[in-house]
Amino acid sequence: MDEPIIAFHDFGFQYNAQAEPTLHHIDLEIRKGEKVLIVGPSGCGKSTLAHCMNGLIPFSYRGESTGSVTVRGKETKALNLFEISRTVGTVLQDSDGQFIGLTVAEDIAFALENNCVRDPELHARVDKAAQAVGIESHLRHAPGELSGGQKQRVALAGVMVDDVDLLLFDEPLANLDPATGKSAMELIDEIHTRTGAAIVIIEHRLEDVLHRDVDRIVLMCAGRILADLPPDALLSSDLLRDNGIREPLYLTALRYAGVTVTPEMLPHSIRTVRLTEKEKGMVQSWFHSMPPHAVEETRPLLLDAQHVTFSYANGHRALEDVSVYVRKGELIAIVGTNGAGKSTFSKVVCGFEKEQEGRIEFTGCDWGTLSLKERADHVGYVMQNPNQMLSKPMIFDEVALGLRTRGVAEEEIKTRVEDTLRVCGLWPFRKWPVSALSYGQKKRVTIASILVLEPEMIILDEPTAGQDYRHYTEIMEFLRKLNRDGITVVMITHDMHLMLEYAERSVVFSDGHVIANDTSAGVLTDPDVIARANLKETSLYDLALACGIAEPREFVQRFIDHEREVARA
Amino acid sequence: MRNIFNYIDRPSPIHRLTGATKLVCLLLWSFAAMSTYDTRLLVFLTLLSFVLFYVSKIRVRDVSFLLSFMAVFMVLNNVLIFVFAPQHGVTLYGTSHPIFSLGGNYVVTKEQLFYHLNLVLKYFATIPIVLLFVCTTNPSEFAASLNRIGVKYTIAYSVSLALRYIPDIQKEYHEISQAQQARGIEMSRKQNLIKRLKSASAILIPLILSSMDRIEVISNAMELRGFGKEKKRTWYMERPFAPADFVAMALCALFLAASIALNIANGGRFWNPFVS
Repeated sequence: MDEPIIAFHDFGFQYNAQAEPTLHHIDLEIRKGEKVLIVGPSGCGKSTLAHCMNGLIPFSYRGESTGSVTVRGKETKALNLFEISRTVGTVLQDSDGQFIGLTVAEDIAFALENNCVRDPELHARVDKAAQAVGIESHLRHAPGELSGGQKQRVALAGVMVDDVDLLLFDEPLANLDPATGKSAMELIDEIHTRTGAAIVIIEHRLEDVLHRDVDRIVLMCAGRILADLPPDALLSSDLLRDNGIREPLYLTALRYAGVTVTPEMLPHSIRTVRLTEKEKGMVQSWFHSMPPHAVEETRPLLLDAQHVTFSYANGHRALEDVSVYVRKGELIAIVGTNGAGKSTFSKVVCGFEKEQEGRIEFTGCDWGTLSLKERADHVGYVMQNPNQMLSKPMIFDEVALGLRTRGVAEEEIKTRVEDTLRVCGLWPFRKWPVSALSYGQKKRVTIASILVLEPEMIILDEPTAGQDYRHYTEIMEFLRKLNRDGITVVMITHDMHLMLEYAERSVVFSDGHVIANDTSAGVLTDPDVIARANLKETSLYDLALACGIAEPREFVQRFIDHEREVARA
Repeated sequence: MRNIFNYIDRPSPIHRLTGATKLVCLLLWSFAAMSTYDTRLLVFLTLLSFVLFYVSKIRVRDVSFLLSFMAVFMVLNNVLIFVFAPQHGVTLYGTSHPIFSLGGNYVVTKEQLFYHLNLVLKYFATIPIVLLFVCTTNPSEFAASLNRIGVKYTIAYSVSLALRYIPDIQKEYHEISQAQQARGIEMSRKQNLIKRLKSASAILIPLILSSMDRIEVISNAMELRGFGKEKKRTWYMERPFAPADFVAMALCALFLAASIALNIANGGRFWNPFVS
């Protein structure tokens, strides 16, 4: 038997800056050619575990460790970061941030340059790595000219040039649209088969990773390994649900229908799952027992954009004859790939950019003559990364900023800010500095700083990007509560779960056009729209087909309605 | 403008020189033109720089922005010298040939005009070469060039990183400023200075904080890929020297030598035609 590439034995770790250890009694071995998925809620220590594998711990982040962790049989403490990086190649989560070179070729060459590899070997190895990930036709491109998926391929090529024994992926799906995420998993699988390198994937989007098979899933919680099982065994247990990890949607649907999930069913993928006729019948009768989707009454129009066309100064036509309406009190999603025009559309609505043709009406009034600041009294815009909006050290001042610039009296500011802080669940933190808050809480502060201006509608750019299931649920339930209180919410996203679970309606952009405007269940069961907008069909659709349900779209819709009922209860 | 480099990719002998050659030539040429006021050498360098500019296939309209910027600077430089030191030429050349008077100390002399002519020639001799460097050096080659002339690679690479991130940071600045304006931050010139400084902080603080996040990611990514491990590194974009590179560097070294020789022969930096 081979010696393991990485082995943890009764390993524990505590960061210098923290009072409690982050990892406890870790026992884990990764052997040659294995493909292992590590899942766990935020703060469970999975990122710390990854740092211990690639050497960032102990060499970049300091702390106390107990037990042992070895790479190719040698204690990592006795090696150095560079030696470890020859064995363990890491693809970080932020594929844009880790792009170091000015062009693709230089970025791939980076590790080789640092190892003083000379031409012609240097160019040959860069070409080979670029071909392995299918980016060879873009060697001279700058990072700004690449899509998210292409940047990730470059990052992967950049670690593959070194012929590492283990590839470590830290949240590889975080910044990708669903279709690109799917091809990323296929690429990882292909490289696994071809090179025989061991693969470790850290990700909380379980269903999306399982698009391709893995050998084991390691479940972490509170710094410990709770389970280290083959996928089928783990998925048929209650461990995932009990620890804040979302199980694949088709399994949730099976449970609702009363079907017991067993390892023999091969539940790790919707393509392999085997159901008996009796079990299919159970799914069907559950479907028929659910009430049909209630169509809500039509509410008055809030925003009505008609035939909007917009080109950037460089001539790029970002919006072409786009018509979108938003009704009062709706919670909708605007979806589409990067560059499809969804962000540009929201910028035009907020007045950051001025449309060349078309007309935008808000509550029936022409919107064209209003300035950016005047529009902001009606429509608020929340950026993706809260750090891009926070400019005051104290929470109160941050939320008060928009009122102060509008010259509101200090008395009134106090009451309005305090009311908003209560609504946003930030009341206990009102005297805290912003820097002491978690990412999710900072996000709330930015939303509060917009809500305090009392807009009728807020637009959020990727409200849940980079959040695990628990924080995602927290943010989204908060937005749903605001929505019930009367605020119209528009979310720009490429997260399908978010669309499906929270948005009543989805407007789909592709290449500057609106290609669909339908219920989210409708969009995610329409193969044509899915293909054009880089989405992925939901596994619920496949489950409905597999169970012989003639109206898969209605099945998806009833599932969502039921989920909302369950969440409310 | 995406960054300080305005690389224009056109096939020319100048483009084919390596980045390191161009950097060395730029330095030698600038020293040559800066160290002497010998009109004969300056005229020669000016004419040669125009020829080189033509050979490089860079067109004047490609660099019109930079040219007009430098032209304004040159005029300003000359005007200020005349305003503050109208008799500087007389002091330098030791004779006085007045042409006409503007009243008071402001007497226009041949010596002063000759001094200004030399000053303008210095601009004309250097600007085309600077523009050539900026327009024909691939930014990817720049860090490698710095490293080749002896700058430590960790420092040279930081230049390259800055070039990589400038467009991203510009984009982020733009986005943050739009979002903050929507909250009522005024960026217009109508505001007084203190208010404008406050407004600027509402954009700069978030920009700095998110840049800090960026720095952590990038430094981890660089270390994980072996940056700083060895004393040396190779460069993907570096090209070996060709005979043309050696010829170009030798010629520029010759110009610097000529400049120094003339300074010695003239007994100072100024070539004086007024006493013969």
